[in-house]
Amino acid sequence: MSNRDVCDVGVAGMAGTSTKGKVYAGVIVALVALASVIALSIDSRFLYMLVYVWFGVIYGLFLQYGRFCMASAVRDLFAVGVPRMAVGVMIAVALYSLTAAAVTMAGFSTFHAHPLGWHIIIGGAIFGFGIIFTGGCASSSLYKSGEGNVGSMLVLVSISFSQAIFVASDWFSGLVPESWTQSALEKGMPEELTITSTWFDQFMAGYIWDLQGGTVAEMMGREGTFFGIFVGNALLGAILPTFAILVFLYIVAYRKGYMRRAKIQNPAFGDHMRGMWSMFTSSKNTALAGLGIGIFAGLQMWTTGALRDYYGIFNFGEMLEDMGYYTGISIQGTVFDPGYWYITTQEAQWGGWVLNKLGVDNMSNIFFGLENGLPNPLLNAPGMMSIGIILGAAMLANINREFKWKLPSMETAIFAIVGGTLMGIGARVGMGCNVGAFFAAVTNGDLTGWIFLFGMALGGYLGVKAFTWWMEWRASRSNDEFAL
Amino acid sequence: MAMKFEKSGDGAYMLNVTGYTCPHPQMYTKKALQKIESGSVLTLVFDNPSSGESIISMCESEGNELFERSDSGGTFTWKIRKG
Repeated sequence: MSNRDVCDVGVAGMAGTSTKGKVYAGVIVALVALASVIALSIDSRFLYMLVYVWFGVIYGLFLQYGRFCMASAVRDLFAVGVPRMAVGVMIAVALYSLTAAAVTMAGFSTFHAHPLGWHIIIGGAIFGFGIIFTGGCASSSLYKSGEGNVGSMLVLVSISFSQAIFVASDWFSGLVPESWTQSALEKGMPEELTITSTWFDQFMAGYIWDLQGGTVAEMMGREGTFFGIFVGNALLGAILPTFAILVFLYIVAYRKGYMRRAKIQNPAFGDHMRGMWSMFTSSKNTALAGLGIGIFAGLQMWTTGALRDYYGIFNFGEMLEDMGYYTGISIQGTVFDPGYWYITTQEAQWGGWVLNKLGVDNMSNIFFGLENGLPNPLLNAPGMMSIGIILGAAMLANINREFKWKLPSMETAIFAIVGGTLMGIGARVGMGCNVGAFFAAVTNGDLTGWIFLFGMALGGYLGVKAFTWWMEWRASRSNDEFAL
Repeated sequence: MAMKFEKSGDGAYMLNVTGYTCPHPQMYTKKALQKIESGSVLTLVFDNPSSGESIISMCESEGNELFERSDSGGTFTWKIRKG
């Protein structure tokens, strides 16, 4: 019997299901349904926000099912030589790229390519270094919070406040190159914005806005066509790079163990094909989760697009103002409203909203004041999606008897706060996290996502080195022969 | 709760990493398996479900046998024989 037979092929349902857990899961669904009914009875237009909530619940189920974690993908490869999650994420990228292409082809896509610049690799490396210490990426910190992991909840708090402070404070303004300041001034921004006072504002207006970007289809001049979208974006932009990475992972991290288990001394081509297939199937739940998320992210884009048409709006901010909620809306009348799967920006808004209520003036910057706003968390549609993710993950974790309130040790708590801060800063410099800057980018034919992944892998490698050094140093200080 | 690794009998060891999230459980497990003799049994106690996935793969790739598992309220106890 193999290790996987013993573990019931692992992943979802590692410990079987529980009746009590199913009751808890039912209670969670009932509470979300009740809150939805209350919201609709206040104003039927809250349907727009409830779409985010319920899609969030679905994403949470998939994330917990597949243990979808980019931190694990990078870290397990470098720290313990296990490629399973990296393989799962890569297969998920290939599958998701096809659903993203279908959504683009149908005209529902709300995706915009990211600008290309050095910030991506630097932001990715800071983010990648941070995720080694937090034990989870932006998306897995949400699903792990749903498993009762208080350390992951601390990571969310840390990501929220670090971003909110980073985008609005003038602590680093002395590091701004003169060229950014000049370029930012030339943009002629509204007087309400203090465009040259913070590092992040000048980074945005004086650097990011001057950069160009585009999907593979756009670079080929074939945007909007089947060839550009399916061949350019999906095949060239996502599937072929994915395949190359999978072959690399097989060679460096899977082949040797597989041949030993299969007792093959001189492998032929067919043996390697079977080895590759074995590697794929060992990651199938993560890949299935990626496919599911891809399909539902497409459906969410379509649903949100249809509702925008129905209500005659471009952005949820207009609807909030129509409903009489004027606070926290940007000077353009907008709030953050991506229309699909996103993680870190709404977390920045949570932290920013709390600081704002504590008296901090943080609405005169580009991030909150011009673009994303600072709505009350109860009126923050993508924020409610993140709550939905936590609740969806909590449902499945309860059903599978994997829910447990887990208080962090002091070391884990400190790592969560420091690592979460690095993740927050990295996400803002890199213009997104493992979802917005990598997953959503590469699956839509935006090659900057692969640069973010490279940066994240580099940061992750250095993070593993630092983490291993820390463990060795701690063990060396102990006289216990069983110190690890 | 701090990590605990100890010899629990002849050729038997116990590693308790409850309260630890990734990457601690899998890294401690790897180090513990490196430290014990071939044929010995490591009883691993942990409560971070996703670490279990990494540990299964690690055992497979390094030729260690996971031969028993049980769970209680989200805490998992696995027995691994070093290959």
